[in-house]
Amino acid sequence: MLRNNRRVLTIFWSIIAVTFLCIIINLPAKFNLFGRTFYRPDFSLNLGSSQLKPNLDLRFGLDLAGGASLLFEVDTSKVSKADLPSALESLKSNIESRVNLFGVSESNVQLANRGDSYRLSVDLPGVTDINEAIKLIGQTAQLSFMGLIDLPPEATATATSADYLKDTGLMGSHLVKAVPQPNPNTGEMEVSLEFNSEGAKLFEKATTDYLNKRLAILLDDQIITAPSVGVIIADGRAVINGNFDIKSAKALSAQLNAGALPLPIKLIQQSQVGASLGQDSISNGVKAGLVGLALVSLFMIGNYGFLGLIADFGLIIYGLITLTLYRLIPVTLTFPGIVGFILSVGMAVDSNILIFERMKEELRAGKTWNNAMELGFGRAWSSIKDANTCTIITGLILFNPFNWPFLNNSGMVRGFAVTLLIGIFLGMFTGVFVTRNLLRVLARKKI
Amino acid sequence: MNIMKFRPLFLIISTLLILASVFSIIFWGFKPSVDFSGGSSWQVSLPSKPGTENLKEIFTKNQLELLTVSVNQDQYFLKFGNISNDQKEQLTAALITLDPGFVDLQFETLGAILGKELMIKTIWAIVLSSISLLLFIGSRFKDLSFGASAVLAMFYDALILVGSFSILGHFFGAEVDALFVTALLTTLSASVHDTVVTFDRIRELKSLSFRLDWVELSNKAVSEVIVRSINNSMTIIFMLLALVVLGGASTRWFATALLIGVISGTYSSIAVAIPLMLLTKRKKNDENRKSN
Repeated sequence: MLRNNRRVLTIFWSIIAVTFLCIIINLPAKFNLFGRTFYRPDFSLNLGSSQLKPNLDLRFGLDLAGGASLLFEVDTSKVSKADLPSALESLKSNIESRVNLFGVSESNVQLANRGDSYRLSVDLPGVTDINEAIKLIGQTAQLSFMGLIDLPPEATATATSADYLKDTGLMGSHLVKAVPQPNPNTGEMEVSLEFNSEGAKLFEKATTDYLNKRLAILLDDQIITAPSVGVIIADGRAVINGNFDIKSAKALSAQLNAGALPLPIKLIQQSQVGASLGQDSISNGVKAGLVGLALVSLFMIGNYGFLGLIADFGLIIYGLITLTLYRLIPVTLTFPGIVGFILSVGMAVDSNILIFERMKEELRAGKTWNNAMELGFGRAWSSIKDANTCTIITGLILFNPFNWPFLNNSGMVRGFAVTLLIGIFLGMFTGVFVTRNLLRVLARKKI
Repeated sequence: MNIMKFRPLFLIISTLLILASVFSIIFWGFKPSVDFSGGSSWQVSLPSKPGTENLKEIFTKNQLELLTVSVNQDQYFLKFGNISNDQKEQLTAALITLDPGFVDLQFETLGAILGKELMIKTIWAIVLSSISLLLFIGSRFKDLSFGASAVLAMFYDALILVGSFSILGHFFGAEVDALFVTALLTTLSASVHDTVVTFDRIRELKSLSFRLDWVELSNKAVSEVIVRSINNSMTIIFMLLALVVLGGASTRWFATALLIGVISGTYSSIAVAIPLMLLTKRKKNDENRKSN
């Protein structure tokens, strides 16, 4: 009995320790208390030379953080089956580099296929100008250099662009890099280009051919600038200028660096959430969660008295561990995810209710309080298991862990499923293991 | 507590609810969201609260048809066909002229193929979860009448939830979207788990007391689990009710769907599943008597 007692006490204090650890992890990164500023420990680990520093911030999905999400259909008709995997891979990395140059943190580019059709989804948290995003991501950005030919005056009226443009052979693929920079003299933004050796030779030839004539720089067959060539350039460096501001110079460099897309894409879905709506959603969700939690706590105390109070403590520990898991796994929270969490709080006390009702029965049957408690926990377990099995089955189908193409894989539905599943497993743990050990220690007087 | 004497009443209530659901589904159908139908949905805030005819006029001027508008204080939910980004920019400009306080809250546009795909995915999810839950029920109850009653009660709950959304859609504009389907699947599992707990208790009592007949057994079991069943539903209802009232517009219907599912699931485990089970058991008893 004594040894058993010690074991129970060890478990009890471990629970308390874990709870405090969770409280610390869930503190804001920086907060003011009694006029002093405190910082949350960052739990960084030094392993030899490498440092392990977990990111403890809660991640919010697009519907809460605000942002844009785009879905493109990939046109694979012009590529042979053998080349398709590599083309798709380079398409993805190409889009990724464009997105990165857009300056979005935590963006997400994913490729999914359904039979023979391929989809590319792009999540851009915090992006409010969706049109700009679509332009940057969806454009093909094929760079070319063409010489302008002087046509006899009588031909200009009927000439098309193909008539007075002559390809120099120099293209975007000869580019090493494009950098936005201000002109040292005028301060105007321009894009400087650096070519590889083959490109440098072609550029030298072009500047020789069109010396004192005009050389047009085209992006996707649109002339963006057509400067006249003043000197022969042999070092493979050129500058594009043409009414750029910082933003457009940056965007053009991004597109040029990323190069042309290996496969054409078409936008089939776009959605956008303003940041204000997301903020409202978070505060509404928190409000609803707290009010619901207060109601449930009062209900449990009203119905089960001291037992209910212990169950409420269990529920608070449950909430803290859940939030900690969201930070550590990490779980990207969406509003349906918050609904899943709130629903699982309601379900988590179910284990306690099953147990307490069993206890009441055992007490009525004349058992001592302690026996009734242990029997209540023991006998209610099979019901608890059954009750949760059904929810786990449904949760798994909704979460679609193997990414089966015939099941839903939308972020909203998954966001709900993942918080519900975490809630169910953790609810069984706190509802049975935690409250049982809390009761064993805190209710010992009643023996 | 002789709750099973109310069986005729349960039968009447359940039948009425089924009829109302079927009636609404057949005559009023559903309001599919853009998730299923394709098209655009746009949530905007217009603090000056212009009339909906002003909005319709703006859309008509841009050669677009505004399909539905619903208004919640200064928030407007607009639904229309697929548009290009240029068209959206024109609409935005027109709305800013109408109300300088215009805020673009949420915009989504979705091709029709995606809607069809989601429909197929939804059907798969429902079939797959029904089969898994059937297998689960089968593994828990070797007795066919238990299993079949649990399954029928599950489909009853699904029908009630679907029917309620047809009615809510007709009167309050509730839309059927991907989250509704999520609520539907959650309801299926909630329904089954309530029934399983009750049936478990009936079986447990059966093995303890041989003298009681099925109706008496059911009464005893229900009186033993009803407090748990109702208390558990109450806690879930508290949480969901808080969400419906305070959670804001974006997931109000999702929380409502879950709420209806939970309430219906608690009701059906006692008032649908057990009476159905008793129906088959009584017949069996009669047959036994005849053969004796």
